[in-house]
Amino acid sequence: MKGLFYGLWPVCRKEFTHISRDPMTLFFALAIPLLQMLLLGYAVDTNIRQIPTVVRDESRTQESRQFVEKLAASDVFQISMIADSDDALYGAMRAGRARVGIKIPYDYARRLQNGTTATVLVLVDGSDSSLAGQAVNTSTGVAMQLSLQQLLGNGTMPVEVRPSVLYNPSTRSANFFVPGLIAVLLQMMVILMIALSLVRERERGTLEQLTMTPVAPLGLMVGKMIPYGVLAFGELCVILVIMRVVFQVPIHGNVFLLLAMALPFLLTVLGIGLMISTKARTQAEAFQLAMGTILPSVFLSGYIFLLETMPPFFRGVSRLIPTTYFIQILRGIILRGGGFTDLWPNAAVLTLMGCAAILIAARLFVKQRRA
Amino acid sequence: MTAVITADGLTIRFGNFTAVDHVSFAIGKGELFGFLGPNGSGKTTIIKTLCGLLVPSEGTGTILGMDIRKHAPEIKRHVGYMSQKFGLYEDLTVSENMGFYAGVYGIRGEAATRRRKEILALTGLEPYLDRRVSALSGGWKQRLALGCAIIHSPEVVFLDEPTAGIDPVARRSLWDLFFELSGQGVTFFVTTHYMDEAERCGRVGYIYLSKLAALGTIPELQRLSEANPAGTSRVEIETAQASSMLGQLRGMKGVREATIFGRSIHALIETDQLEAVQRRFPEAKIQTIVPSLEDVFVTLTYQIMKAAR
Repeated sequence: MKGLFYGLWPVCRKEFTHISRDPMTLFFALAIPLLQMLLLGYAVDTNIRQIPTVVRDESRTQESRQFVEKLAASDVFQISMIADSDDALYGAMRAGRARVGIKIPYDYARRLQNGTTATVLVLVDGSDSSLAGQAVNTSTGVAMQLSLQQLLGNGTMPVEVRPSVLYNPSTRSANFFVPGLIAVLLQMMVILMIALSLVRERERGTLEQLTMTPVAPLGLMVGKMIPYGVLAFGELCVILVIMRVVFQVPIHGNVFLLLAMALPFLLTVLGIGLMISTKARTQAEAFQLAMGTILPSVFLSGYIFLLETMPPFFRGVSRLIPTTYFIQILRGIILRGGGFTDLWPNAAVLTLMGCAAILIAARLFVKQRRA
Repeated sequence: MTAVITADGLTIRFGNFTAVDHVSFAIGKGELFGFLGPNGSGKTTIIKTLCGLLVPSEGTGTILGMDIRKHAPEIKRHVGYMSQKFGLYEDLTVSENMGFYAGVYGIRGEAATRRRKEILALTGLEPYLDRRVSALSGGWKQRLALGCAIIHSPEVVFLDEPTAGIDPVARRSLWDLFFELSGQGVTFFVTTHYMDEAERCGRVGYIYLSKLAALGTIPELQRLSEANPAGTSRVEIETAQASSMLGQLRGMKGVREATIFGRSIHALIETDQLEAVQRRFPEAKIQTIVPSLEDVFVTLTYQIMKAAR
C-alpha cells in the first residue's frame, strides 16, 4: 500500500515550494475567479423588467390611456416613446429602439362601450425568446384583467391565485446564479493549475527524470493534488464570503456540510486535470483541453439551462458531468437549506467519479511510460 | 570481471520500426563505457529499456544481476540517470533540488545529511546552496544534475549525452568527476557525440541504424578489419593546398575516403594506387597512419550504408 503512493510527500512539499516561488501566478490564479465572479454575478439578471416600449394610440380616449397605464404599472414595460404614425411605430421596432410596440386602434373606446370586442395590437421583438414570452404574458394578463373588470363591474373575482415562492422569495437572479458560478469557477481554476503543473514538468524534462526514480504514478499524482486541492479549498471559502457579503445571498443550510461536500468535487476536477495532463504534450495543448471542459459544464450542468427542460439525450449527458452534481449540492444547501440526507447521493457520485478519474490518469501515465 | 550491465539480443520495436536490433554487450564493474551513434540510432531507447521503462520486444538484459523484465522497480533504486535536459527544477534552489531527489529515493534524516555533505564535497556546489538553479551556469547545472542523479549512491549510472552544449573546461571537469566515481567502483554508461569523449572511455560501442556496429577498446577498434579493408592504406597527406587538393583526390581512382584534418588530409586509398597519388601531387608528403576513432566510425558507417542499399 505504501509502495503504491511512493514519493507522495517529497512531491507534495516540492509543489508547495513551486507555488510559493511564483507569487504572481498564484495571485492571478486566485484573483481571476474572484474578478469573474464579481463581473458575472452583477451582469446576469434573468428577471425581465423595463422593456422599452413604443405606443401608438389612435383612440386617444380615457379608456385607451387606462390600458397604457396598466401596462406601465406592471414594471415589465417602460413606455419610452409615443409614435404618431404606423411608420414611426414599425421604424422604432426595426431600429431596436423599442422591443415592444402597442397599437390601440381608433375604435377602441367605442367598441368597449358597445360591448363588442376591442382589439389591441401588441408587436413583440422575438429575437430574445424569454423577453418575448414575458411581454406576451404580461400584456395578455393586463387585457384579461381589464376584460374581467368590464364584465364583473365591481363584483368579486371568482378565482384568485396566491403564489408563494419558496426558497428564493424575491426571485433574485444572483441567488440562483452565484451558487452555480462557484462550481464553474472552481473547476476552471483547479483543472488548469494541476494540468499545467504536470505538463510543465514534461516540457522541461523533469518528468522524464522522475520516471527514472522509484516515485510511483499515484505518489506523483496525489502529491500534486494536495497542494492544488488546498488552494482551491481556500478559494472556495473566499468565494463563499464574497457571495454572502457582496451579493447578499443567504446560506440557508450548513456551511460546513457544504465545505465537506466540496471535497469530492475537488477530487473529481483534480482527477480530470491529471487526465488532461497525461494527454497534453505542451502547456498550450493542456490549456485548450481544459477550456474544452468548461463549455459543457456551463451549458449542460443546469447552471444556465434547467435540466428538467433539456431533451432526454442531453439530460443523460448532464449526468456524466461532475459540475451537475456539485451545482445540485450548492443550490441545495445555499438556497433550500438542504441537509446531508437530501444531498448525499450527489456527493457519493462525485466521490466515485473522482476516484475513477485519478485511477484512469495513473493508468494512462503508466502506459505512456511503457511506450 | 563480473558483468554489471548486460544486454542479450536486445530488440525493441515500435510498430513496424525497429529502434534497437539484437544488441548484445556486457559491461563490468567500475567500467566507463562509451556509447556512440548518430541521433535516432537507438541510444536513448537502450538506456530506457535497461532502466526498466520500456519492455523489450525480444531479448533481455540485466542490471546488477536483476532481470530488466522482472525487477524494474528494484533496478530504479540502484541506477542513476542524467540526461542533457538536466531534470532540475529551475525555480528551486540547489539545496531544494538535492533535498527533493533525496526524498524521492527515500533518503531521510542522518543518512540524508551525510550523503548531502559527500555530494557537496564531490561537486564543489557548497557556495551555491541557496542559489536558484535558473541562476547557475550550464557547467554548474550539470554538476548539480550529476549530484542529484547519484544522491542515492547508485552502483550504475546512465548518462545520456551529459555534456551536450557546455564549454570545454566544464566538460573536462565533469569528466574528471566521472573518473573519480568510476575509480570508486561506480559503473558508467555514457552516450556522446564527441570523439574526444569517446576516446576517454575504457571501452566503446558504436550503434548505427539500430544495430551495434562495433564494440571494443580503442586499440581494438583501430585494428578492426572492417576499418582497415584488405588492400587499402590509411594515410595522412601533408600539403600546402589541402582544400583544393581534396576535390581532385576524391575524383581519383582507388580513393575510398578523404577528409580534411586540420592542415592535412586523412584518406583511405587502395595501396596499389598510392604511387599514382604521389605522382599527381609531387610536393605532398604521404605517410601511413593508424586510423583515428572517427576514421573507424566513418568507414564502418559507409560499409553499413552500402550493405543496406
